[in-house]
Amino acid sequence: MKRKLIFIFFVLLIGGNLSGEENNCIKCHMELEDELKAPAILFENDIHREYGLKCNDCHGGNPSVEDIDLAKDKTFKGAPPRNQIPEFCGSCHSNPNYMRKYNPSLRVDQLSLYWTSQHGKLLRKGDTKVAVCSDCHGVHGIRKAINPKSKTFPWNIPSTCGNCHSNKELMKEYGIPANQEKDYRESVHAKALYEKKDLSAPVCNDCHGNHGALPPELTSIAYVCRQCHLSSSELFSSSPHKTAFDELGLSECEACHGNHKILPPTDEMLGIGEKAVCIKCHEVDSKPYNIAKLLKQKLNNYLNRIDLAETLLDKAQKSGVEVSEPRFKLREVNTILIQVRDLIHGLNIKEIEEKLKNGNKLLDEIIEAGNSALKEVKFRRKGLIITLIFIFILAIALLLKIRQISKK
Amino acid sequence: MKTFWEKIWLYFDYRFKISDLAQLTKKKKVPEHKYSFWYYFGGICLFLFIIQVITGILLLLYYTPSADSAFESIQYIMSQVKFGWLIRSVHSWSANLLIGAIFIHMFSTFFLRAYRPPRELTWVTGFFLLLIFLAFGFTGYLLPWNKLAFFATRVGTDIVGIVPIIGEKLKTFLLGGKVISNATLPRFFWIHVAVLPFITVLILGVHLLLVQTLGMSTPIGLSDREVKEIPFFPNFVLKDFLAWILILGLIGILCVFFPWEIGEKADPFASAPPGIKPEWYFTFMFTTLKIIPSKILFIEGEKLALFGFFIGGLFWLLIPFLDKKAQKEEKSKLFFIIGLLILIYIIVMTLVTYFFPKL
Repeated sequence: MKRKLIFIFFVLLIGGNLSGEENNCIKCHMELEDELKAPAILFENDIHREYGLKCNDCHGGNPSVEDIDLAKDKTFKGAPPRNQIPEFCGSCHSNPNYMRKYNPSLRVDQLSLYWTSQHGKLLRKGDTKVAVCSDCHGVHGIRKAINPKSKTFPWNIPSTCGNCHSNKELMKEYGIPANQEKDYRESVHAKALYEKKDLSAPVCNDCHGNHGALPPELTSIAYVCRQCHLSSSELFSSSPHKTAFDELGLSECEACHGNHKILPPTDEMLGIGEKAVCIKCHEVDSKPYNIAKLLKQKLNNYLNRIDLAETLLDKAQKSGVEVSEPRFKLREVNTILIQVRDLIHGLNIKEIEEKLKNGNKLLDEIIEAGNSALKEVKFRRKGLIITLIFIFILAIALLLKIRQISKK
Repeated sequence: MKTFWEKIWLYFDYRFKISDLAQLTKKKKVPEHKYSFWYYFGGICLFLFIIQVITGILLLLYYTPSADSAFESIQYIMSQVKFGWLIRSVHSWSANLLIGAIFIHMFSTFFLRAYRPPRELTWVTGFFLLLIFLAFGFTGYLLPWNKLAFFATRVGTDIVGIVPIIGEKLKTFLLGGKVISNATLPRFFWIHVAVLPFITVLILGVHLLLVQTLGMSTPIGLSDREVKEIPFFPNFVLKDFLAWILILGLIGILCVFFPWEIGEKADPFASAPPGIKPEWYFTFMFTTLKIIPSKILFIEGEKLALFGFFIGGLFWLLIPFLDKKAQKEEKSKLFFIIGLLILIYIIVMTLVTYFFPKL
């Protein structure tokens, strides 16, 4: 009897503990409909749940009891109003001691950065239409930024920001255009991100910041671009354009390359042609105009010679001549081309000419190798014709001889 | 008074009995009939083998049998060595023509029943020569160490690994390890230039000796009126020579207009290019292994196919001993149909490999 009682005691104890593990918030909300059910479903994949947090860790209350009135005890906070969401999330995320327990490497300055952002500033002024944490990270279904399903995963960010910034009605109130996302999706950066799956390609937050998002100032645009395009930016800073742009209040990189719709740069941007950016500022026959014209001519000449070299090598290769060595040199020529295109940002004519000289020297060797290879093709064919004539004569002679001896 | 050249002739004739040999050659006769055309493929095979030996020796001057530099040495041969492109292209093209000529020679011998007594051993040695030249092709294909050859060899050696009991050990022996590595190339080179030539010389010697001793067979059922005899020298030799120079012309055209490509250097860490397949002469086996179901009853499909090839090969080897009718100078319809089916199978499967690669 005593043993039986001990057994029942343990069963009750374990049962009690199990019921304590049960999350009655989820249980009840799953039985509700639409927006009251959604949090329970979304929370299944939430990062907070993965770390063992429960509803009450944010919303208060007691999830271990089934009775709704008892569950909503005095600690219950419910859903915060929009203007309180940053502080609501920040209560944990700005607390280094608390965050250290779960993710010691996670930054804890998101809230303070948020208050410096345009979103935060406007929220403080009472504008509740601006983005708060949940607009970018989602509610209840929050995932780590490295999860491709996360709203803050690189290839989802343009859509996340575009949710508001592509809304013409909403943006009208702030006097800002709503075409940034569309423009971005046509840019060279979007091509790298979506076509080449290059996750290091910049998205909205890489240039504007994330929690402290602001439009970059005129003077800081070059510094934003410099994060990735170090060489071109440094060259630009040392160029005569730097001072001129500063004086004219032009926004450095953006003045020639645009902002959201940054298209793949082409050689047409240089020179005096229709698509050239130089003629936007420089007058016809001015000194800089003539420099642009000269540089374009030199670059065109170099490009034409690369085309010629490639054609020669292709032709020789198709005819079966081994041209891997000149092909290897051609790679060096192309490297020089990339360097020259970069050097154009610094406008150091002497340096550009020196590079082109080296490249042209290599091109001389390649073109010569290509011509020799084509000569070799001719030589082989001539040799074959002579050999075939010899074989033909020998075959006829043999046939005649065979006939002659066969008759005998 | 004897001239200088007569003295030289006498010196060697005394020692090598050349006049006796010349006398024998003059007496030697070869049958000529409506199927004589097929006889010349034996001579073509010999000619192509001689080309292989000469060009192979020349390639050895510059080829480096190491995974680090094999590809570069071929590049060097093709671009820097005077006529290196020609030597390498001739070696590669004539290797393929040789395998083709061996197949034609073998099937013509089969359909003309030239294997019947006393020529059973000529057939047997010929069968082994086919296997040896297939091995030459397999080992030689890897030597340039290019991407296609690398992955095709991987497919080939994986097939070897399927063979029950000895498969894995044989594969390890061939590769010099569990997978194709830097150790594989010198091993294939050793087989290609030392082991196989040695065995070839022995078997080819016996094959040629048998051909010369027994003479050429006359197809069953030809009347005396339909068969005449022509002297081996000069009549047959001149015809053989004519075939050889025509083949030489063909090789020249192929080498100039379609020089053998080098491809890209093999990268063991790269993924296999799509549609990888072995050399054409292995494709009928490759496609069979590819399309066979993974399980047939309780046996693995691939193992069953390999067993089938083994049994087929054994049957083909023993044909002179199995075809009892041919032994009695009679034509066997059954063996004709079997031979025809095998030929059709090889041709169809080879064509399937190239025209339906996604099968």
